[in-house]
Amino acid sequence: MLDSQGEKILDGPGGMAPPEISIVHAGIIPLLDCAPLVVAAEFGFAEKYNLHLEISREQSWASIRDKVTIGHLDCAHMLGPMVIASTLGIGHVRTPLIAPMALGLNGNAITVSNDLHDRLITAGLDGGDVLSGARALKTVIDADRAAGRPPLTFGVVFPFSAHNYELRCWLAAAGINPDFDLRLVVIPPPLMVANLDQGLIEGFCVGPPWNAVAVEAGVGEIVATKSQIWHNGPEKVLGVRATWAAAHPHTLNALIRALVEAAQWIEQPENRLAVAETLAAPHYLGINAPILAQAMAGDLPGRTPDGIISDPDFITFFRDDATFPWRSHAAWFAEQMIRWRQIDQDTDVCALAEQVYRPDIYRNAVRPLGLSLPDADWKSEGTGASRGRFFGDAVYDPECR
Amino acid sequence: MSDSKLSIVVIDEDPVRAAILMDGLAEAGHAEVALIDNVNNLLKKIFAIDPDVILIDLENPSRDSLEQMFQVSREVRRPTAVFVDETDRAMTDAAIDAGVSAYIVDGLKKERVNQIVDLTISRFNAFSRLQSELSAAKTALSERKIIERAKGILMQTRGMSEEEAYAALRKTAMNEKKRIVDIASSLVTADRIAS
Repeated sequence: MLDSQGEKILDGPGGMAPPEISIVHAGIIPLLDCAPLVVAAEFGFAEKYNLHLEISREQSWASIRDKVTIGHLDCAHMLGPMVIASTLGIGHVRTPLIAPMALGLNGNAITVSNDLHDRLITAGLDGGDVLSGARALKTVIDADRAAGRPPLTFGVVFPFSAHNYELRCWLAAAGINPDFDLRLVVIPPPLMVANLDQGLIEGFCVGPPWNAVAVEAGVGEIVATKSQIWHNGPEKVLGVRATWAAAHPHTLNALIRALVEAAQWIEQPENRLAVAETLAAPHYLGINAPILAQAMAGDLPGRTPDGIISDPDFITFFRDDATFPWRSHAAWFAEQMIRWRQIDQDTDVCALAEQVYRPDIYRNAVRPLGLSLPDADWKSEGTGASRGRFFGDAVYDPECR
Repeated sequence: MSDSKLSIVVIDEDPVRAAILMDGLAEAGHAEVALIDNVNNLLKKIFAIDPDVILIDLENPSRDSLEQMFQVSREVRRPTAVFVDETDRAMTDAAIDAGVSAYIVDGLKKERVNQIVDLTISRFNAFSRLQSELSAAKTALSERKIIERAKGILMQTRGMSEEEAYAALRKTAMNEKKRIVDIASSLVTADRIAS
């Protein structure tokens, strides 16, 4: 049997062998980037590969991790750094997990309360420059300290999350020490807006649609999007227990094919409304469909003349290799864990990235679909176009090949 | 092993389930039991109570906040039992095998509560012991590395033998009343700045 590129399809894990088990349990957190799992389950992509995908909405990232760890769930919508932390046994018992595919790029944003937004504008926040917000924040923090006021509190979704590291990089670039100049607390995404509204936090970094929800509810304003901080930066992954993946290679391959095809379908503008209406259901996100559809189109609510902040790459599901599990993404996460003293500085970043992010499994699974695939497992991050771009034109080269 | 003087916090927003837990703990002789039924400002509330043990529902969205609190400040780390109020034997066993936490089984029976509290504390203690042994081993290892590096610098720049280099480090440490590793570490730093 040959695939469309004329390569022989292996009779084994890479081939189209039937899955070992037909029912797969997957956990999600109510966020827009769980869409590939929900769409695969609801629009027949899983069935096409003889799988029945059971989706369960979970309350917290700790709950997702525990249920995957103990086998109550087979796989989940998971934070990239969480796969690494669980493999290392940081913050919890050690359970090797792997990420055989990514669930999209970008999507996060930093939102602050209306009061803080007013202060930031006075201090120089300017919609054109992504760092102007952080610089203005530095001015506000210095003024608060001089006046003897308590530090500001910002929310992130989990200690091991892209959100935590993006927010920290953005703050640090303006000379703010995130561990000293303000307080960072962990709050699950669906509770973020209520915490901002009640004045328990003054800002947060969270995934879609919660930034837009805060603005629509009149409790905050967006000051930076992830695609401005790191254009085509990594986000969620499919998290799978390493032992489960080893025991069910055909099932995992079938699942990856279904999810990649779902992601490809989600990316088509004409399918946005159907995706938004499906995710809007109370047992998934429980958020109005128009907010979700707008976020997918890259239109975010904000204080501009037309009321819209336009960010065409606000969230990406398939294009620009958005489902490919780049090992350089894992290495960057591990470097951040070292930078912010979550893990030992002697950690072998390259070996860790090779263990947890598995482009080999991804390639093997997707090859029969005839898609064009990256040749390499690693790339320099931040040199433009498909390699992404960091603010300030920084480059991260893991030097692992 | 139960200690009636233990201060316990139950975090649960479901009043019925919370009542079962509180009754079970009271019957087991625990007098100091506090309920947090509203998780707003959770950290402040826990700081104020300063409990010995925390019981929290597996599904509680505040679990992430609790974990972060324990990561940021080791001083406030407390044994935490995560419970499920459904009879799911397989999940419970798997969880305990995995060392995840203690889980309350059999539809949350009052009689089981005390056992769970005991199990939670003993597991936490075992885990903490393991963690501190591990970190002690790691420190010893990295200290040895620094001393090796300092010896290497002395051997290279001063033409000393391995033995002479170590003796020089030890002599300086004794004279200055500092640990050998501290002397070694300043030497490594100075060398890095110079080069």
